[in-house]
Amino acid sequence: MTNENKDNLSKVISIEEAGKKIVDGSTIMIGGFGGVGNPPSIIQQIIVNGTNELTVICNDAGFPNIGVGQLVTNKSVRKLIASHIGSNPKAGEQMTEGTLEVVFSPQGTLAERIRAGGVGLGGVLIDIGIGNPKIDGNKEKVTVGDSQYMIETALTADISLVYAKKGDEFGNLIYDTSARNTNPLVAMAGMITIAEVEEIVSVGDLHPEEVVTPGAFVDYIVKSEGVNWSWAWEKM
Amino acid sequence: MVLGMGKDVRQRIAKRAAKEIKGGMIVNLGIGIPTLVADYVKDIPVMFHAENGILGTGPSPEKGRENPNLCNAGGFPITSVKGSSYFDSATAFAIIRKGLLDMTILGALQVSEQGDLANWIVPGKRVPGVGGAIELAEKAKKVVILMNHCDKSGNSKIVHSCTLPLTAEKCVDLVITDMAVFSLNKSNEIVLEEVYQPYTVEEVLKKTDASVRLSKNIIMIS
Repeated sequence: MTNENKDNLSKVISIEEAGKKIVDGSTIMIGGFGGVGNPPSIIQQIIVNGTNELTVICNDAGFPNIGVGQLVTNKSVRKLIASHIGSNPKAGEQMTEGTLEVVFSPQGTLAERIRAGGVGLGGVLIDIGIGNPKIDGNKEKVTVGDSQYMIETALTADISLVYAKKGDEFGNLIYDTSARNTNPLVAMAGMITIAEVEEIVSVGDLHPEEVVTPGAFVDYIVKSEGVNWSWAWEKM
Repeated sequence: MVLGMGKDVRQRIAKRAAKEIKGGMIVNLGIGIPTLVADYVKDIPVMFHAENGILGTGPSPEKGRENPNLCNAGGFPITSVKGSSYFDSATAFAIIRKGLLDMTILGALQVSEQGDLANWIVPGKRVPGVGGAIELAEKAKKVVILMNHCDKSGNSKIVHSCTLPLTAEKCVDLVITDMAVFSLNKSNEIVLEEVYQPYTVEEVLKKTDASVRLSKNIIMIS
C-alpha cells in the first residue's frame, strides 16, 4: 500500500481493477485445492484480459474447466509450480508438448514453502522425500542434531489471489470449511494480495476471534461474482 | 481408482481394510477404494483426516444438500462430524509430518517385497505429480495399501523390486488385494496372511512376482 493518508480503511476495488494488476509474465500465487477455494471472478478476468506467460503457484492444476485449471486450458500459463496435475489432463498434455513447464513439490512441502515466503523466511528444513531422486535432486542438506533435512526454499509471488467467505473492508478474512485450504498461506506470500470474497462487510462486523487472515496481509478486496463452473461431482 | 474391478470386490477390500481401524484412531483415506472404507466403520469413533484441511470428515451429504466448499481431498462433497475442525493446508500436513496419523490407507501401482511403495508416476504415461503421497507414506504410523493384485496386462503389482519411481522406501505395513492379504514384518519380508476363496495359496503365489513368506496359519476367507 502507499503512504497516502487515507480517510478510511477500505481496500475495495472492482474485479476489472484487480485484473489489471496481473500483467503478462506475472508470477501469481492462487489459493485453492482441487478447484475448491480458487477465486473464480479474478481467474475469469485474467482470461478476459488475455493475460498470458504467467507463472502460477498453486496446490494443483484444478480441472480443465474448473478454477485455476481454466488458466491452463486457456494457455495463459507458461510455468506451474504445484504438487500434482492429475485432475487436469490439459496440464499433462501441455507439459508433454513442452509448452508448460511444471515444477512439482510434495503437497505439504509446497504449503510450507508458501508459508515460509509469507512469514518472511528464506525457506524451511524438511526431510520429506530426502534421498528420493524425484524430490531430492541436489537440494542442500542441513544436519540438526541427529537428523538430516533438505533446504526447501521459500516461495513468493508478485500477486497472491485468494478466495474467502467474508472479508471486511480492511481485508480481515474468514473462510468457509475446506475452502480455507491453502488460502491463508497464499494470502501472506504475495507482494500484493487480492482477496476475492463472497461477502464484503464493514470494518467491525467480523469478530476479532474469528478472523483467520489479518487485514495487514491483504492489499485489495473484490466482491466475487461466484463460481462460474460446474463441479465434477455435479455431473455424476 | 482401480479400474476393471467389480463393485463387490472393491467393497470386500474396503471392508477388510476397515477391520484395521480401531476406536480413537486418526486415519487418512486416499482416493479410490480407500474412500469406501469409511462406510464400514460407522460405529467406531474415529477421526478421518483430509489433506485439504479437515479433521473429522463424515459421510457424503444427501443429494441437493452439498456444500461445494466442503469436500474431501479427492474433491467430493462430504460432511463433518461432531468434534471436527477446519484448518489450512500447512496445519493439515503438520498433522501428517509430525506423525499424528495412526493410519493411512492408500492405493498403489507397485509394492515391493521389502515394502517399498510406488504410487505416483508411470514414466512416459502419466504425469500426475506426487501430491501428498510421500508425506503420508513416510510419516503415518501404519500404511495400508489397497490395490488390484495384477495390473491391466496381468502383471503382478507385488514385485521383487519396484520398476516405477518410488513414493517411499520400506513404508508399507499391510497390502490388501482382490486375491489376498499380506503383511510386512519387521525384517522387511512380505508375508501371506489371508487368501480370498475361491483362490488358493498356490494361485496367489503364482500371481505374485515376489519372494513371499507364508504365515503359519493362513486364513482362507470365504
